[in-house]
Amino acid sequence: MDDKKTTLFDRVKKLTKPKDINRISARESAQISRENRRITDAIEKERNRRNVPESEYLTSMKNPNNVAEFDNLHTYFFTDVGTVKAVDGVTFEVPKGKTVGVVGESGCGKSVTALSLMQLVQRPQGQIVEGSIRFNRGDKVYDIAKTPTKVMETIRGAMISMIFQEPMTSLNPVFRSGEQIDEVVKLHHPEMLDEEVKELTLQMIDTVGIANNTGVYKMYPHELSGGMRQRIMIAMALACQPKIIIADEPTTALDVTIQAQILDLLRNLKDQINSSIMLITHDLGVIAEMADYVVVMYAGRIVEKGTALEVFHNPLHPYTVGLMASKPVVNREVERLYTIPGNVPNPINMPNYCYFRDRCNRRMPVCDGQYPKEVYVTPTHMVTCYHYIDEQVED
Amino acid sequence: MDEIIKSAHSLEHKNDNILEVKNLKQYFPIKAGLLQRVVGNVRAVDGISFNIKRGTTMGLVGESGCGKTTVGKTILRLNDKTDGEVYFNGTDIYSLNRKELNAMRPKMQIIFQDPYSSLSPRLPVSEIIGEAVREHDLAPKDKFDDYIDHIMEICGLQPYHKDRYPHEFSGGQRQRICIARALALLPEFVVCDEPVSALDVSIQAQIINLLGDLQKDLDLTYLFISHDLSVVEHISDEVSVMYLGDLVEVGPKKAIFRNSLHPYTQALLSAAPVPDPAAKRKRIILEGSIPSPANPPSGCKFHTRCRECMDICRKVVPEAKEVEPGHTVVCHLYD
Repeated sequence: MDDKKTTLFDRVKKLTKPKDINRISARESAQISRENRRITDAIEKERNRRNVPESEYLTSMKNPNNVAEFDNLHTYFFTDVGTVKAVDGVTFEVPKGKTVGVVGESGCGKSVTALSLMQLVQRPQGQIVEGSIRFNRGDKVYDIAKTPTKVMETIRGAMISMIFQEPMTSLNPVFRSGEQIDEVVKLHHPEMLDEEVKELTLQMIDTVGIANNTGVYKMYPHELSGGMRQRIMIAMALACQPKIIIADEPTTALDVTIQAQILDLLRNLKDQINSSIMLITHDLGVIAEMADYVVVMYAGRIVEKGTALEVFHNPLHPYTVGLMASKPVVNREVERLYTIPGNVPNPINMPNYCYFRDRCNRRMPVCDGQYPKEVYVTPTHMVTCYHYIDEQVED
Repeated sequence: MDEIIKSAHSLEHKNDNILEVKNLKQYFPIKAGLLQRVVGNVRAVDGISFNIKRGTTMGLVGESGCGKTTVGKTILRLNDKTDGEVYFNGTDIYSLNRKELNAMRPKMQIIFQDPYSSLSPRLPVSEIIGEAVREHDLAPKDKFDDYIDHIMEICGLQPYHKDRYPHEFSGGQRQRICIARALALLPEFVVCDEPVSALDVSIQAQIINLLGDLQKDLDLTYLFISHDLSVVEHISDEVSVMYLGDLVEVGPKKAIFRNSLHPYTQALLSAAPVPDPAAKRKRIILEGSIPSPANPPSGCKFHTRCRECMDICRKVVPEAKEVEPGHTVVCHLYD
């Protein structure tokens, strides 16, 4: 009898899984959900006020040569299982006429950073809770984090525009490709006549390197190849001559040969209309070819930033070094690829020490302390790692 | 456990080539009209020949739509070929009947590109991996669980993952499950159809290393299909470059990457981005995109995009020429 009891007990014990810190009960979830509602409702109420005076969202740039400045940006998602700190204190700037590359693995917050600049973060659960994004229009400087939706509608698409990763899903399948470009122009230039709009559209299609512009104007997205669709997306993004173009993985879905064409096109057009590019990608090769400045993100924070030459020739953060070593390069033979052990930490229960500590191959006792401060190795080259804090103390 | 693995590999084969493909063609009919008459063919694979040596890796590169995946499927007889022969260990797999083919299946396996759509969401991991093992009776019933554990272990999965379902895993882990599923049958030959394209850079490196280790330990032969040249260079011994259903250049890895001869291979190599901002290279940018395989250009299929195009290229189909031992190129420049 006693024997049977223990076996039964063992079986029950086997069935109940060990307590998982990432699992929460329904009651806890409801509690979190209520709390979230309270927070987001307060933010939304603040946002949805009518007739917000301009003084609240107009500011001035730190450096007038920048077109955008991200200053200590925090974008959080209030989910039912906890708060996801997708962007957790990001500071960098996009200078006029330059290309800034943002690299990182999926889930590191690079897309959310870009969406914050467009005010396209899914509301109400996604909110900019702290920090500011200053955008320089030329005559006025907006703080995108505080700009009301109505005003944002005049900026979005006209002065800040975005090229998305997947050209098939981001074009509307039921409208002709030319009409979709027309729509952007009409929205931002209501004074233009229909013929003028169409002429501008045809000219744009021509500029992005499509030979048969009148034919393509009438085609539906499914009639175009992947490269052509991406060209239409670029034409749409550039139609109003934006100050800054956000390219979110613009070539990930394309072949290498088409990728080379699209990158070449983007580089030339940027100079033609004199705007800046914020290029988001996980491909270090693309970044090296396009970017003047590089920002490396990990788990919602910037771990390293600097000019392209600094970051590629003298990578400092162990994550950047690992990322570069783990990618095979043509004509550079290695016996075995370097791998970064482990996975990105759970975004809900972020540790309070360096987020990369558990995967780092150069871990020191001091790494158990607080998240490391920013260290400027040169005036432009920043890294957040204890290794470089020590060096400064020794100096 | 090792006994099962050993017995599977104990068969000695005299033939050095594990796979021989001769003039393989795969056309897909285009049907139109009320009667669904065949009005044309998509020539996905248009007469290709190659051999793969036992224990080596053949890389197959090309743009999307050039027929890479169709080659992978046709040599495993997952499609029905239109013409040509495929010899696996010396037997023509298209001459086998259903029963014989079924016995051959465990020896050749495939790993698919997208680990999100190639795993059944309704089966636990142990069943995904074990289903085919049971079907082919590879492990005795009393050792079945141990066997699955062992296979999962060598693919870098933990035993407690067994009862979980695919949605509980990350992309890299799912690809490990796909690899475990293929390897559980103790194959000799594995077609890897873009196994790392859907993964993050750091996870890519893990999977590539895993594939390399498994090849050494289990004496596997791979056909590695990818559009990423740097990955192909890292993993392959030989490389084939494919364009619009044809192989344009085949050779040892070094010959292809250091001394590429076909203008298409040269263009592909120059298009691959290099992670060094100081590298100033002369880029060859191919104009336009790949023509339709339903209506390929006359003569050399590449002539519409080739910068070395001559008169002869528009009219005459070039023939394969061996320029150095093992390095073949299909181009009029080397006549």
